[in-house]
Amino acid sequence: MRYALLFAVLCLAGCVTAPESVRAAVKAETKRNPAPNFSLKDADGKVVKLSDYKGKVVLLNFWATWCGPCKIEIPWFIEFEQNYRDKGFAVLGVAMDEEGWAAVKPFVAARKVNYRMLIGDDMTAQMYGGVDSLPTSFLIDREGRTAATHIGLVSKKVYQDDIAQLLGGSVLPVPPVSGGAK
Amino acid sequence: MRNYSAVLFCLFPLYLAAQNDVLKIAPAAPLAGKRGESIQIKTSLQLQGGYHLNSNKPDDPYLIPLRLTWDANTVETVSVQFPEPRKEKYEFSEKPVSVFTGDFAIASTVKPKTAGFIVLTGKLRYQACNHNSCLPPKTIDIKIPADFR
Repeated sequence: MRYALLFAVLCLAGCVTAPESVRAAVKAETKRNPAPNFSLKDADGKVVKLSDYKGKVVLLNFWATWCGPCKIEIPWFIEFEQNYRDKGFAVLGVAMDEEGWAAVKPFVAARKVNYRMLIGDDMTAQMYGGVDSLPTSFLIDREGRTAATHIGLVSKKVYQDDIAQLLGGSVLPVPPVSGGAK
Repeated sequence: MRNYSAVLFCLFPLYLAAQNDVLKIAPAAPLAGKRGESIQIKTSLQLQGGYHLNSNKPDDPYLIPLRLTWDANTVETVSVQFPEPRKEKYEFSEKPVSVFTGDFAIASTVKPKTAGFIVLTGKLRYQACNHNSCLPPKTIDIKIPADFR
């Protein structure tokens, strides 16, 4: 009986305790602030605003072609876009290359990037706290609020946990990507 | 005019250290030389621990190489010699990356084109990363007081 009670307590603790990465990354809803609404152009010259994505969970990734750690994340984001798009999720890449599309277009074409890519500017970076180092990513909830911020390369699982939480646990496990998942 | 320049030269700090968060340029000795003759410039760099700069010849064409150039109106650049880069494997790289770390120096040979007390300007272009993130590329000015005759 004593062991049964202990087992029940441990099970209950397991149910109410979120994984470490989730607790550390995703803010409580009451602590989330509205994500700044930028206006940037995509590869076709179309103006894209963050507000266009209201109702979706957005992974906003600041990166550059010259950034080695950024390149590790790109295959993960391709996979996330492919697997979670239908669940109300989108990745938005914001390239901070000074050369703009001349550098970015061939890079994303070679890697078959399937998510929307934008060219960033200083104003947008300042709106998001300066973005002093890359990669810097923001997870934005369906109400357009910043739910999590990741500066530097973090593990694929951290992103998966964030996305799962923000999509309401409706994410199926994603098979590991070769050469990079930590 | 020359007297005015000489005063400026004397008031000029013995060195100018360009620096930012992770990279410092150590004090440079004032230059002296004759027009048309070769003079050496040693540029000593101190990179914060945990960071690396892409070498002058990175293997990946997307990486930004280390570059040092001198004002072409003031001097003719004969050569810019970088140290032997290190090949380092990082968490984010599939192959070892050609980098500079720690303290190192770049040796330049230049020939003055003009005479007088001047400030020679160089431009150092670099891009730094640590094990999991990168800082934007930067170009910083190097200024060295010079007495060319």
